[in-house]
Order: sequence, then structure tokens, then C-alpha cells
Amino acid sequence: MKTGSESPIIVLGARLLSPFIMLFGLYVIFHGHYSPGGGFQGGALLAASVLLMRVASGTQISSLMVKESLTTPLGVVGVLIYFGTGLLAFLMGGDFLDYGALPIPGLSPEYLRYTGILIIEIGVGLAVMMVMILLYDKMATGEEEVE
Amino acid sequence: MYWEFELILFVFLLLVGLVALEVKDLLVSVVMLSAFSFTMALMFTSMGAVDVGFTEAVVGAGVTGILFLIALYQTTQKSKD
Amino acid sequence: MFFATVDLPTRGDADSVMNQEVNDNGNPVAGNYYIQSAYKDAKTPNIVTVVLGDYRSIDTLGEQIVVFTAGLILVLILSGHRKERKVSNREENS
Repeated sequence: MKTGSESPIIVLGARLLSPFIMLFGLYVIFHGHYSPGGGFQGGALLAASVLLMRVASGTQISSLMVKESLTTPLGVVGVLIYFGTGLLAFLMGGDFLDYGALPIPGLSPEYLRYTGILIIEIGVGLAVMMVMILLYDKMATGEEEVE
Repeated sequence: MYWEFELILFVFLLLVGLVALEVKDLLVSVVMLSAFSFTMALMFTSMGAVDVGFTEAVVGAGVTGILFLIALYQTTQKSKD
Repeated sequence: MFFATVDLPTRGDADSVMNQEVNDNGNPVAGNYYIQSAYKDAKTPNIVTVVLGDYRSIDTLGEQIVVFTAGLILVLILSGHRKERKVSNREENS
């Protein structure tokens, strides 16, 4: 795990495959209202595309996609998107996580709920993706820091 | 409904699980666990629970396999060569 | 376990107790309500998304906090800076 793979074929295959997995993850998140899927599955797919590059080519190349120091703050942002949506609806006069009270003008309550579900799915996906990349980074480099 | 398909999946699931338990090489065991998770995902999908099958395929066969591989490489690095 | 499994209802059985509109006590069943009013409430055809994201959204919030806490605990265990500092302090003292 310190050095990347020696074979250029594996690196080329991972580079070819990774954007498609990422695109499919985004599709799963944003099309989750009409087809099976949602935030957790899409976030895990996005994390899998980054982890494929990290396994194939080492951390130095694939930290161009997601930096290692960026994973924990973006995970916090993902949790805060979810919690902030609920708290915003609470402050605008509804119940906690009642999307019908979100302050977006020009939408009926049904489509407010639609938008609210979409926003929290993005938050869940971001948090799950960042936590899984964080797990990989800490497991791959944590041993070396102690020595 | 599709009981023939599920029978094949059950037999394959049992076979893969026994191989993952009995084999000596840990790398083969990790790959067999990934195959186990993927067969479970196919079974969930054939039962009609597409969301659960999706989660099982992504997390069980993808991310868990990668994490097991990392743990394997981190623990066998010193004694190997 | 085999003896208990034989008595379970078939998958997707419309006549079993959990798929009725009212249960034995006369109360309406929750799953039936979700199926009937999920599209009316949120204009979303996927019922699973509506149940996870809207009706049971606090459960999903708890699940996300669990995942995030697992990541944070892994950072605390594996980062290893604290161990180094303790060892170096002890060496300086002795």
C-alpha cells in the first residue's frame, strides 16, 4: 500500500473504470426518487470509485480526486446538511424534519417534500462517501505513522 | 416464484461459504466472502427487495472486500519478506 | 427452526395478517397507509425513498450519525500521534 501498483495495465483499467462508477453513483443519488437507490447506496458507489483508484495507483495519484485532509470536513458538512435541513424546517414553524415548512418560494407542499428528500439524500451520500474514504486512508496509513 | 433459480443460488451460497471457511489462503477467503455477498445480493433481488440487494452488492462485495484486503496486507507485510 | 419456518406465510401473500388494512384490534396498519398515501404526500413514485427520507427521517438521521461516529472513532484510534507524544515525554523525563 505504500507504493502503487507496478503494472500499468491495472492503473489504466482503474482509470478507465473509475469515472463510470462515479457517474453511476451520481445517477443513483439523483434518480433515487424513481428507481431503486438513494443516498447510502450512491455514496458507497462514489466511495468505491475513489477507492478503486487508491488501491490501483497509490494514494499520491488518487489524492488528486479527493484529498486526504478533505475527508473529515466534508463528512461533517454532509451530516450538517441533513441536520440543518431539519433545523431550518423547525425554525420556520414546522416540526423537526418536516419538509413542508421549508422556506423555498413557489412550490406546493408536495414538491417541497420532494425537494427536501433530495437535499437530505445529498447529505447522506456526501457523509457516507467521505467516511468510507476516511476508513481506507486511516487503515492504509495509520500503521506507518506510529513507527 | 422462481424457486429453481433460488435453489441454484442456495447451493452456490452453501458451497462458497464452505470454501471460505475451509481454505488455507486468506486472500482466497476474502474473495470467497465477496462472492458470498454477491450471491446474497442476487437472492435479495430475486425476493423483490431491490434496495437491500443494491446495498448488499455495493457495501458487501465492494467496500468490505477492499477493507479486508487492506487489513490483510497491513498484517502480513512484516512477516512475508 | 425448520418447524417454525413451515408455518410462515408465503412471500407477497395478500391474505396474510401484515398486509391487511386493519389488524386484529381494528387499528389501521402502518404499511398500508404508506403504500396508499406516499405518492400523494411527496409526488415520489419510489415508496422506499419516501419512507426512509420523509416518514422515518429521524431514523435515517440516527443511522447517518452512527456511520459518522464510527469514522471519527477510527480516526481517534488509528491516528497514533498521542502515543508518540507520550513515549517522547517519558523519555525526556527519564
